[in-house]
Amino acid sequence: MKKIFLLITIIALSCNKSIDEINKKFPLLTPVKTDANAGTWKPILVSNFDSYTPSTPLNEQDQAFKQQLNDIVELQKSMTDADMQNMKYWGAGGILRWNEILRELVAKYNLPPVNNEDGTYPIPIASNPLAYPYFPFANPPYAARAYAYVSAAQYDALVTAFYFKSKSTRSSAYLLDTSIKPMLSDQGIKAYPSADGVIYGVTSAMLKLLFPGEINYIDQKMASHKKARLLSGLETSNDLDAGEVLGIKVAQQFVQRARTDRSGAAIGIVNGVSLWSEFETNASQMGEIPWVSQESPKRPPMLPYFGRVKPFLFDSATLVNSVRPIAPPSTNSPEFKKELEEVKYYSNNPTRERIRIVHFWGDGVGTYTPPGHWNAIAAEEFVKMNWSEVRWARSFALLNMSLMDAAISCWDAKYTYYNPRPCQVDPNIKTLTGLPNFPSYISGHSTFSGAAAEILGYLVPTSKTKFDAMAKEASLSRLYGAIHYRSDCEVGLQVGRKVGSYAVLKGSSDGAGY
Amino acid sequence: MKKTRINLTIVIVTVLLMSSKLNAQSDVDAIMMGEKLFCAGVMNGNSSWNQYWEGTELRINKNLGTIRTTMVGPMGSLGINKKLNLIFSIPYVESRASAGQLKGFKGLQDLNITGKYRLLKQKSSHSTFSVFGIGGITTPTNNYVKDYLPLSIGLGSTNFTLRGMVDYENRNFFATLSSSFITRGNIKLDREAYYTTEMIYSNKVVMPNVLYSNFRLGYRNKELVAELVADQWTTQGGFDITKNNMPFPSNRMNQTRVGFNGKYEPLKWKGVSITSAFYQTINGRNMGRSSLFQFGLFYIFKLNKKTTSKTN
Repeated sequence: MKKIFLLITIIALSCNKSIDEINKKFPLLTPVKTDANAGTWKPILVSNFDSYTPSTPLNEQDQAFKQQLNDIVELQKSMTDADMQNMKYWGAGGILRWNEILRELVAKYNLPPVNNEDGTYPIPIASNPLAYPYFPFANPPYAARAYAYVSAAQYDALVTAFYFKSKSTRSSAYLLDTSIKPMLSDQGIKAYPSADGVIYGVTSAMLKLLFPGEINYIDQKMASHKKARLLSGLETSNDLDAGEVLGIKVAQQFVQRARTDRSGAAIGIVNGVSLWSEFETNASQMGEIPWVSQESPKRPPMLPYFGRVKPFLFDSATLVNSVRPIAPPSTNSPEFKKELEEVKYYSNNPTRERIRIVHFWGDGVGTYTPPGHWNAIAAEEFVKMNWSEVRWARSFALLNMSLMDAAISCWDAKYTYYNPRPCQVDPNIKTLTGLPNFPSYISGHSTFSGAAAEILGYLVPTSKTKFDAMAKEASLSRLYGAIHYRSDCEVGLQVGRKVGSYAVLKGSSDGAGY
Repeated sequence: MKKTRINLTIVIVTVLLMSSKLNAQSDVDAIMMGEKLFCAGVMNGNSSWNQYWEGTELRINKNLGTIRTTMVGPMGSLGINKKLNLIFSIPYVESRASAGQLKGFKGLQDLNITGKYRLLKQKSSHSTFSVFGIGGITTPTNNYVKDYLPLSIGLGSTNFTLRGMVDYENRNFFATLSSSFITRGNIKLDREAYYTTEMIYSNKVVMPNVLYSNFRLGYRNKELVAELVADQWTTQGGFDITKNNMPFPSNRMNQTRVGFNGKYEPLKWKGVSITSAFYQTINGRNMGRSSLFQFGLFYIFKLNKKTTSKTN
């Protein structure tokens, strides 16, 4: 018996609890193609590169510049293991790592505010982000928009930087001072302005707009990125700072767009008066059962006017005329009853495999949302592609503009038709995942997934079949979870694919090729 | 034969988790089964709560209402010899919420097997002092859903428990104190990434270990055991549920409970024992403020009729 206790003690104490995280194993970025001509690619918003002209680089013979080179030598001499790890972390790719940071912020802030004592719900305020309710509530539409603005701005900033790099004569730091060791692979592209400086400049500026309560955290990440690059021996402070300034400047154009893209009005409350009862009236007048919040107390629908936000890939007229789906089956129709019965079947007969699918794709409260999930899926694929940073940026920009426009298109349909959820019509239907607080038709997960699969299939054609299967599964997960009808899922996928096809068009004509 | 009645087992079920995990806890009392005796029966437990601690803040949630969990399952205790008992349980658990839309879950939960060994027994005129070493393993019987709190039926980790216990009995009054260290293995979720206080890109979750203390004070004789129980479950690490978020398996789940446990063995129905218990959670963190009722019915089988009591 004593031996048994000893054995249990040994097992208990020797339990290795560490887990392997996929993203911690990403290799150092070693692009197969430098994309040195990225300065000729077509940006999204930037129209005139020259208005972003960086200040004249320091003269390489100047004492100030030599001091910067010497600083790198000193920094490399005192490099710790933690410094090395940090350098390798960022060495996997700045676009990749900042995308991960954004996903993390989304997950942290994706929490619906708790109700007030009187049954109303408080509204997060951007100017006071750290007072409850924290700003933002990074729900799926908010998140989709955040991913899009960050990625699109990163892409434009990098393309702009490459335009200036092509005119630069600045070599990598280790070539200018033989005491500097190159610690990461050098792409042989001119160092001024630094691409990594551009990345942290533009991204931090965008993130501070979107997550104003996280300024310290964002600054810390920026400092760690900058230090990693100095340690790499590839860039001087002069290169990095020029990049940062350029990035911040390009970000301003996107900040300007974000402030005027009508997202501020998406919540549908003006001077304390809520506007969305018009949707309910419309649905009733059409003879349909209008959506009603199933939360207790009843929560205002999520961002009811997000469907009017300005898309990236097409204009609002195209949205209404070409993207908006036809009406769902009438709530009085036999077809609707049949679909309702199907939802009930899945509610009553869950299998372990279907629950796995529901929860794999759940992406609900406290997660990085479905757009974040597709960013994670994409990141893993992109790692395998060994792309240059600028191609990473382009790919994420195309993906995330698709996801934002998918959110807009989906929200447009949801509030055009204001269709009730299955468990509203039949309260005996219990769900296997959290019930989202907005109308049913069309499924957000399906729209996001259709859009993502369409553009990812274009960007990584070898994985197209896999993306399509994933999108299908993500879509059906909402039916299996008993929160959506089949037509929500199927039409959602179609609408998503249509949105994605606009991104494919954009990608096909931006000059980047494959 | 005289001793066999004394050497009976009482079985206590403890709801240790927010999701109302059923755990054989005859391994926290000082009563031993006699050699070649097998006590087997069925336990039933019903727990409910309508308030929970979100971090340290007690709140209600109208979208959950009252969470009720029913547990039922076989339980048994085998006297290998007078010093060593083996105890097992396999509960079936069903959960439901009185409000909101979330579907309750049900299924077979964890198998628990525990060895209880009496290391020391010192008798003086009216009192007995005993020391026990206890070790156990709890492991899920199937890949049930863990990531669906508070309605998942368990947390799904494989746990190793090491427990030291002392018991002092004077005439028929006794006090028992035990302290346990529970190491919990990683669990696997259905999703590939999750946020705790940072983003984790894995489907595996590191489950923090647990300290568990149990104190019981009461009266026991041939027919009856009546005791007051207080216990404390303290997770060593883990994180708090953030405001209005869902609970997560690796939350820092703590709870303190007080309760009453009773066992009755009618002298005229030899071998039969009835147990019942009530526990109230009085303080907690990231768990429900639950009330738990239990009921059990057991019978003691003699595996070898020729068994005679050995001298101690």
